[in-house]
Amino acid sequence: MPILTYRDALNDALREEMERDPDVFLMGEEVAEYDGAYKVSRGLLEEFGDKRIVDTPITELGFTGIGVGAAMAGLRPVIEFMTFNFALLAIDQIVNSAAKISYMSGGQFRIPIVFRGPSGAALQLGSQHSQAFDSWYANVPGLKVVAPATPADAKGLLKSSIRDNNPVVFLEGEMLYNTKGEVPDGDHLVPIGRADIKREGSDVTIVCYAKTLAPALKAADTLASDSGISAEVIDLRTIRPLDTEALVASVRKTNRCVIVEEGWPFSGIGAQLVDTIQREAFDHLDAPLLRVTGADVPMPYNKKLERAAKPTPQKVIEAVKQVTYST
Amino acid sequence: MATKVVMEALSPTMEEGQVTKWLKGEGDKVASGDTLAEVETDKAVMELVARGDGVLRKIVVPEGTTVEVGSLVAVIGAEDEDISSFAVDTAVPPAVESSDGGAADVAALPTGAPPVPVSGDSDRVKATPVARRMASERSIDLAAVRGSGPGGRVVKRDVEGAVATPPAAAITGPAGFEDVPLTQIRKTIARRLAESTGPVPHFFLTTEIDMERVVEARTALNALDEGPRVSYNDIVLKVIAAALVEHRACNAWWQGDHIRYFNEVHLGVAVAVKDGLITPVLRNAHLKTLRQIAVEVRDLAGRAREKKLQPHEYTGSTFTVSNLGMLDIDQFTGVINPPEAGLLAVGSIVEKPAVEDGQVVVRKRMRVTMSCDHRVIDGAVGARYLQTVRRMLENPLAIVW
Repeated sequence: MPILTYRDALNDALREEMERDPDVFLMGEEVAEYDGAYKVSRGLLEEFGDKRIVDTPITELGFTGIGVGAAMAGLRPVIEFMTFNFALLAIDQIVNSAAKISYMSGGQFRIPIVFRGPSGAALQLGSQHSQAFDSWYANVPGLKVVAPATPADAKGLLKSSIRDNNPVVFLEGEMLYNTKGEVPDGDHLVPIGRADIKREGSDVTIVCYAKTLAPALKAADTLASDSGISAEVIDLRTIRPLDTEALVASVRKTNRCVIVEEGWPFSGIGAQLVDTIQREAFDHLDAPLLRVTGADVPMPYNKKLERAAKPTPQKVIEAVKQVTYST
Repeated sequence: MATKVVMEALSPTMEEGQVTKWLKGEGDKVASGDTLAEVETDKAVMELVARGDGVLRKIVVPEGTTVEVGSLVAVIGAEDEDISSFAVDTAVPPAVESSDGGAADVAALPTGAPPVPVSGDSDRVKATPVARRMASERSIDLAAVRGSGPGGRVVKRDVEGAVATPPAAAITGPAGFEDVPLTQIRKTIARRLAESTGPVPHFFLTTEIDMERVVEARTALNALDEGPRVSYNDIVLKVIAAALVEHRACNAWWQGDHIRYFNEVHLGVAVAVKDGLITPVLRNAHLKTLRQIAVEVRDLAGRAREKKLQPHEYTGSTFTVSNLGMLDIDQFTGVINPPEAGLLAVGSIVEKPAVEDGQVVVRKRMRVTMSCDHRVIDGAVGARYLQTVRRMLENPLAIVW
């Protein structure tokens, strides 16, 4: 299997889907002439021309609305946000138009659109550019929310998202674009709504997605070597629809669970997971479910404070020791 | 790191314990597992052992004081360790009435701080859901499992440990049984009878048994002058057990939504003790010889009176026998020991006129009264069981047959 960066895996997914279906097009700031702010669309303008790789002004609400209209008219737009921090300006189109038109038209309109771009914090981008809005989108009926952690999942899920007939919010990460991994050859598809066990274990389930897979795996390695604790790491890959079955099966096996997420704690994704797990696996729990989240503050610019505000392997290890009563 | 020594639940029903004697003093070196003190529970005198290594730094509860389960009684720490962080905890534990009937002598306790209020759920067993489920599946009494989680929370590994440890496992009750689902008529009988006469709907069956041949048998056995002397009670226990094997319908537990019929007979033998009554269990009574029964019952009764029984020695019986014959009671009715379905109350053997072949003759007779839980045992079922008991006692060879 070829080893690709997350960035190139997304690029492959876009290229393959655009080759496969002439209705697919990409629109956003700097996606064409500049090859994308993070070079995800490198070479696509040359290959597909400016009718399908469309640069826009800095007008998130406008081009998102055009995307929704194009989807209503039968096209399959991919809308790139330079980061999801900027999508706040377009959230009316995402929530009030994209998520609802199929419902409000009694199914007469399908909205096969993908909103994609990096989400959450990178490094020292300040509080306005370091936010994870995962739970905002996941809260809305009518949206699917996908957040891959690896190049293979990024490619497979972007292809599935483009083919999906519903609006999909596709969360990437600046810090993920350069990560590398094996990506299967050919028409590699990963189904939406299916979690993946990235590491098998028996003592505790660590749930994570996107950027939190790395600290989760690192914590699992350290726990195994230093404490003899066998952690199972489940990568959600899709936040909504949630793969409840996989989560519950794992927690029934391990009896303990730690959830790692990048966003703020209050009403976060982990809160939803805790709700689901305590209900579906109540008689199997041996400890309260614990969450490792971003700190409940605007992201600090200061480097050390920023590090302290993010989920880290050490925080995951501490939570695992607590739920396994091994502190 | 200092270790708190707390009053532990040393029996399934223990809610408080009295420190009767400290076996270690302040300043003594202690290792995990060392006996620190003797504690009198509601059932027996038990040992409180250290759960950590170090030096017994502070004794919080003096001898003779009764405290609730979970209360701090002492602190173990390193020799020079600062244990002042236990200041709050070392306040006077919530004292309950001391054994002499008066309130504990608060002024005599090490500090003058006011009593720490006890949280309302201190008697609730704290256990994780999976621990509860496993305990229920394995019929383990959670109250008897020592919790290793925060605040004594019983977690999965504690229940697993309880299964692996024989003494704790003994509390789980007999192993050989069959759970029979309740039929509709049985459910209706159970509901209606319970509604009419209280939690356990008792009824009573009395029969008079001719004991001439038991007297002969006992005299002959004891004339051998070998091993322990056999009492009438031993013979009666043996017969009751043997008859229960033939009448499994009477060897059962009422379990609310089903009835558990046992293949093994574990006889609870009511023993009067100084301040009450306890029923040590003669395990597998149906498999034991008269001699074994004689030795074991004496041992159990003796230790019951000294309050030295372990919890597994007085739990898990399938049927109970209460004998007041030695107190010259001709006949009485006993109260069933739930969840058991039956109890046999045994009266004294008395010489009285009886009619035999149309003649009045003097015979040694004994009256027994069976208390039955009507939800489990119907009249004819209990009567047939008593018939067997009577047949065996009137022809004691039946027990070796």
